[in-house]
Amino acid sequence: MASEQPGFWARVQRASVERLHIRLESLVVLLALSTAMALLSPYFLSLSNFLNILLATSTIGVLAIAATFVIGSGGLDLSLGSVMGLAGVAGAFVAVNLGWPSVLAVIACILAGAIAGYINGQLVTRAFVPAFIVTLGMLGLARGLALVISKGRAIYGLPPEIVYIGQGRPFGVPMPVIIFVLTAIVAHAVLAYTRFGRHTLALGDSEGAARAAGIRVEHHRRIIYTLSGALAGLAGLLFTARVNAGDPTAGINYELTAITAAIIGGTNLFGGRASILGTMIGALIMGVLQNGLTLLAVQSYYQQMAIGAVLILAVFIDQYQVRKESRV
Amino acid sequence: MTLLSLRGIRKSFGAVDVLHGVDLSVAAGEVVGLVGDNGAGKSTLMKTITGIYRADTGSIEFDGKDILALDPGQRRRLGIEMIYQDLSLAKQQDVASNIFLGREPTKKLLGLVPGFVDKSEMDRQASKMIERLGAHLPSINRSVGSFSGGQQQTVAIARALTFNPKLVIMDEPTAALAVREVQSVLDLIRRLKSEGIAVILISHRLNDVLSVTDRIVVLRHGRADADLVTANTNMNEVVSRIVGGGDTAAAAAHEQRG
Repeated sequence: MASEQPGFWARVQRASVERLHIRLESLVVLLALSTAMALLSPYFLSLSNFLNILLATSTIGVLAIAATFVIGSGGLDLSLGSVMGLAGVAGAFVAVNLGWPSVLAVIACILAGAIAGYINGQLVTRAFVPAFIVTLGMLGLARGLALVISKGRAIYGLPPEIVYIGQGRPFGVPMPVIIFVLTAIVAHAVLAYTRFGRHTLALGDSEGAARAAGIRVEHHRRIIYTLSGALAGLAGLLFTARVNAGDPTAGINYELTAITAAIIGGTNLFGGRASILGTMIGALIMGVLQNGLTLLAVQSYYQQMAIGAVLILAVFIDQYQVRKESRV
Repeated sequence: MTLLSLRGIRKSFGAVDVLHGVDLSVAAGEVVGLVGDNGAGKSTLMKTITGIYRADTGSIEFDGKDILALDPGQRRRLGIEMIYQDLSLAKQQDVASNIFLGREPTKKLLGLVPGFVDKSEMDRQASKMIERLGAHLPSINRSVGSFSGGQQQTVAIARALTFNPKLVIMDEPTAALAVREVQSVLDLIRRLKSEGIAVILISHRLNDVLSVTDRIVVLRHGRADADLVTANTNMNEVVSRIVGGGDTAAAAAHEQRG
């Protein structure tokens, strides 16, 4: 019935996608999940727990922003968690082992991530190795290098300026939350409202169309992978500063959660559709899920299983809707 | 006045030689048909003009400038547009995003931060262009993948015409269209000609080619094998040039009916 007028719900859905760049379903899931947790646990509904959720979400959230850009452009970055671990170790090494100023340690974190991402981008666009393989290889490489640099042990004794980035609370709000929210706002503006963001999605939608339109496709991909690495570096900085140690095993499996957050948020797994606002809702869903399961004293092993199941379920629902829409 | 001039264009992909030294020229406001069998190199030749492929040797001049070293974006800015057979649309993006892809107008956010895409201006101009083409789309804010084939083609045409091109290349624009839509594409080609815009039309539908072109160039085995003035030729001659001589009366008769 192609000629039938769309119903009220369908129109609200469409408007939310067109105007706000979010899928309404994800917002409904977030509210339902929060309500369920509030009913199940008396500790859930409180300002301090809300800040806890945001704090726990900040690292994953920054990684999820990276995942959104890469997946939206039709790529994939499986190395996010490992690069985050490498970046944290690099920063701690610069600050503690070399004893250089904290500013340089911060730069080292982000630079280490950016370099790993740049290498990913070069290999994907020049060596024609699929992104899946390149970033899977980087997952191993970056983790190994983090262990080599730190000799397999966490690096302790970070200077107070760095620790403040992770543990400071200006106006009662944790620093990582502030940095995470600011990053998300800038990323949302870039993806939704700038030429760079529009070209990113066009590229993921149809590489041929982007090329025909005169967009320098390979160049653009290299920038996106480098950006992804730099954001993983920022996540590494936040994590390292919060736990007050350069831990070479930090971020293991984080790419799983980050990619899941992006997909729940409405990012098309095959590129062309993505929004940071949606991804933030996805990241909050993951945060609430983990926080709620922890409050309910569910073992972390089960949480891991829950995340995996949610990822598969999210892709299933997305693909189901794509098939339903293409039948109209 | 010669607008586009190709000399000795060669292009090979690995061991496969596709173009063996093609010469082709198009005057301003001229409609040139490019015909040839499958695999004759028509699409490859057009992509060397738009810059998607880089010619191995040869020269390309456009509007008196050597454009061989320019990338697709730079050639577009000089006024070369192409409507691809597969339309090359980003199907999850809306109408204006497709029309302005790679050329989005920008404004300053709150009058301060530069580089923000001016979406309302894009929508306004896109609506105007679609209207000028006399087409009707369900909504300008829908993703183009939800449109019919003819509507998608309208978007592809609008994209090619929005930035005042000097040359429009059309690759099989009528292959997938209904009869009435074919006529409107042919009318559009005539209108472009009257506005002084040159058109290169690639088509297997020789009736269409004979009815709108000034000249017909036959590509055969990677060479421009024949250059015929449309007014002085006929279906028989075109078909025989495409298949390379022999008894072509039956094939021509078939085309005539088609």
